[in-house]
Amino acid sequence: MVGKTESQNGAVKATAAPAMNLESDLFSNFSFKSFKLKTKQQELLLRVSILGLVYILAFITRLFSVLRYESMIHEFDPYFNYRTTLFLTEKGFYEFWNWFDSESWYPLGRIIGGTLYPGLMVTAAFIYWTLRFLRFAVHIREVCVLTAPFFASNTTVVAYFFGKEIWDSGAGLVAAAFIAICPGYISRSVAGSYDNEGVAIFALLLTFYLFVKAVNTGSLAWALASAFGYFYMVSAWGGYVFIINLIPLYVLVLLITGRYSMRLYVAYNCMYVLGMLLAMQIRFVGFQHVQSGEHMAAMGVFFLMQVFYFLDWVKYMLSDTKLFQAFLRITVTSAIAVGALALGVGTASGYISPWTGRFYSLLDPTYAKDNIPIIASVSEHQPTAWSSFMFDFHILLFLFPAGLYFCFKKLSDATIFIVMYGLTSMYFAGVMVRLILVATPAVCLISAIAVSATIKNLTSLLRTKSKTAVAGSSKGTGGSKASSKASFDQSQPFQKNGAIALLLGAFYLLSKYATHCTWVTSEAYSSPSIVLAARGAHGNRVIFDDYREAYFWLRQNTPPDAKVMSWWDYGYQITAMGNRTVIVDNNTWNNTHIATVGRAMSSYEDEAYEIMRSLDVDYVLVVFGGVTGYSSDDINKFLWMVRIGGGVFPVIKEPDYLVNGDYRVDKGAAPKMLNCLMYKLSYYRFGELVTEYGKPPGYDRARGVEIGNKDIKLEHLEEAFTTSNWIVRIYKVKPPNNRW
Amino acid sequence: MARSTGKDAQALFHSLRSAYAATPTTLKIIDLYVGFAVFTALIQVVYMAIVGSFPFNSFLSGVLSCVGTAVLAVCLRIQVNKDNKEFKDLPPERAFADFVLCNLVLHLVIMNFLG
Repeated sequence: MVGKTESQNGAVKATAAPAMNLESDLFSNFSFKSFKLKTKQQELLLRVSILGLVYILAFITRLFSVLRYESMIHEFDPYFNYRTTLFLTEKGFYEFWNWFDSESWYPLGRIIGGTLYPGLMVTAAFIYWTLRFLRFAVHIREVCVLTAPFFASNTTVVAYFFGKEIWDSGAGLVAAAFIAICPGYISRSVAGSYDNEGVAIFALLLTFYLFVKAVNTGSLAWALASAFGYFYMVSAWGGYVFIINLIPLYVLVLLITGRYSMRLYVAYNCMYVLGMLLAMQIRFVGFQHVQSGEHMAAMGVFFLMQVFYFLDWVKYMLSDTKLFQAFLRITVTSAIAVGALALGVGTASGYISPWTGRFYSLLDPTYAKDNIPIIASVSEHQPTAWSSFMFDFHILLFLFPAGLYFCFKKLSDATIFIVMYGLTSMYFAGVMVRLILVATPAVCLISAIAVSATIKNLTSLLRTKSKTAVAGSSKGTGGSKASSKASFDQSQPFQKNGAIALLLGAFYLLSKYATHCTWVTSEAYSSPSIVLAARGAHGNRVIFDDYREAYFWLRQNTPPDAKVMSWWDYGYQITAMGNRTVIVDNNTWNNTHIATVGRAMSSYEDEAYEIMRSLDVDYVLVVFGGVTGYSSDDINKFLWMVRIGGGVFPVIKEPDYLVNGDYRVDKGAAPKMLNCLMYKLSYYRFGELVTEYGKPPGYDRARGVEIGNKDIKLEHLEEAFTTSNWIVRIYKVKPPNNRW
Repeated sequence: MARSTGKDAQALFHSLRSAYAATPTTLKIIDLYVGFAVFTALIQVVYMAIVGSFPFNSFLSGVLSCVGTAVLAVCLRIQVNKDNKEFKDLPPERAFADFVLCNLVLHLVIMNFLG
């Protein structure tokens, strides 16, 4: 049902621009008197209704996950966000701000209020309180689930205004329609994906729109609004660093290309000073704007602008060019000297911190692989494959260069901005899969310019045709006009047919885009990954709800102060759903702690027991896909545990777990591999189980091999719980043996 | 500003002075305000260099309030200057209202940040 409305809407949005023009033409025949007003009103009505439809469409297309599964929070990080939001709504803002969480990173704990971006939680809590105030008795979970789709809808409106600002309202409408269903954005904003990016993309686009508006008008009020947009972005997502580097870069490009204007000065300086000041109010960001190397570009450009303005002013005052030249030389030299000196002293004294590893890994894609295994181990930090570009952008990938062409053809301050945004974010999207998200708005806007400009050109051709035809048949007013048009016709006889063919082609492509987006959303991006779905042998749908089964078992069967050790991926889920203390979680702030867990997992059982005793571990949780064929389980992640553990503790060596560079779990596996804790916990009692007909017992379906060690004995641990499909296995750590 | 030796500097200085004399009084008042703000910021920086930057947020808010005031005043100066063709459509009343609004936000945030 949803799919149907979706594709229809795709057609509506595609025909929007020509429909407007054609209808205004038809109308001109009926009433000549109030001609001007009527079309204007009609156009406005059309525009508003299309935008309204797009707004609704953006919301409902993200509800596939609720229809297919249920209204639930997805994946890993959203569980943390959900937990903090719950805390915020229950305990209030001050408690939240001062929250020290002893349930994670045992025994260190974590100062939650000072180490998170509170924008998302505060937004959701605010929506919740508003709904409560209006007497809608909603549960906070529903609010959290629907926050991302709601903000995606708002993003379409911002995209419309942004498109209007850089091109025209037609491009704005197309951009809104594109971004409403673009898979690159949907992947992060389906219902239930309650993550920072959901609101952050809205904030990002809003900041950019307001800044471009400020540059175009040169008004302090718009610059102030853009500073507030920036503040919201800073409060929501660490990706704000992109804004604080892109905008100075844009200013720099304008300066170099000689497009410096007073409007730019007003917009940038007001936005920078106020935005920086507002951003410092977020505790997690704190003084970074004046202390960290990533933010120095903005400050440098700020000072550069002052110098530039001053020089401009002196130039304006002085009539003598020769004097000005001399003056220029002195000022520029001294300014550069002072700037370099300040930067050098700041860096040398350690006052300005150097660039962080994450920043380096963005500039140099191979950096993380060599230096920071914990960043490289995350699948969404991998370099992007061509297929995922195609998957997430579809025809936009081809329209993007066309749009760039149109932008370069009509160069203005605004189009330069969108071109720079598009090019830089495209680069970052190539470095990391997850940054496709940042590129999506730019790609949608630029492609929208291409589509809108093309369709407008084609329909204007058609329109002149129809006008002459009408004028010729009625033989009324404007005969001279018709004759002039007629001569124009004869020069290009197949123009009309060509235009119609091209228009049809464009509509075909756009409708393909709409179908592709719907398909991708429903098939690929709506899985909550907490609940797994598979096709059974008879084509029926099988649901594996093992994660929640395990977490509820933990919640109900273990002492409230039990500490659970697992790989960090599952930390947030265990604290949020199981309500138990964890050793490490997805906030990977302490590499040593994670490495300790990695070391425990990759050691022999007695060594691991010592480590677990030292960390007060009561339960160990492993994820195992050998029975169901679920491939992202702990055995497949195991090499990263070895690498991260070995990075801190050199006793763990990766070659010990490999055979001739191959990672295997069958009979030919390395002896250390067959006896390490992770292997034992994953395959305990698995040797007795027949998983597939016609295969020997102990056949691992995730890796397609018969396991090498079927006779596993546990000495210091005992099996506490295994879920119905064996996906989650929980072991209890035994107390030490009596000494005598 | 004019550190170079000889007559060049003097000539530069003189021509600047004579050119500046023609500026309208309202703009001169704004210039004075800007100069004062920058001067205050410099004093604070010097004080920080001597005494130390311990309550760093206080230091930052002090300096940023001065810098912000100066920058906003420069923006106002640009907008109300009759010679700037880019801002012909912007009435000075609107420019001043924007200026006041921005200052209001600036100083409210500064108050929050002062600690």
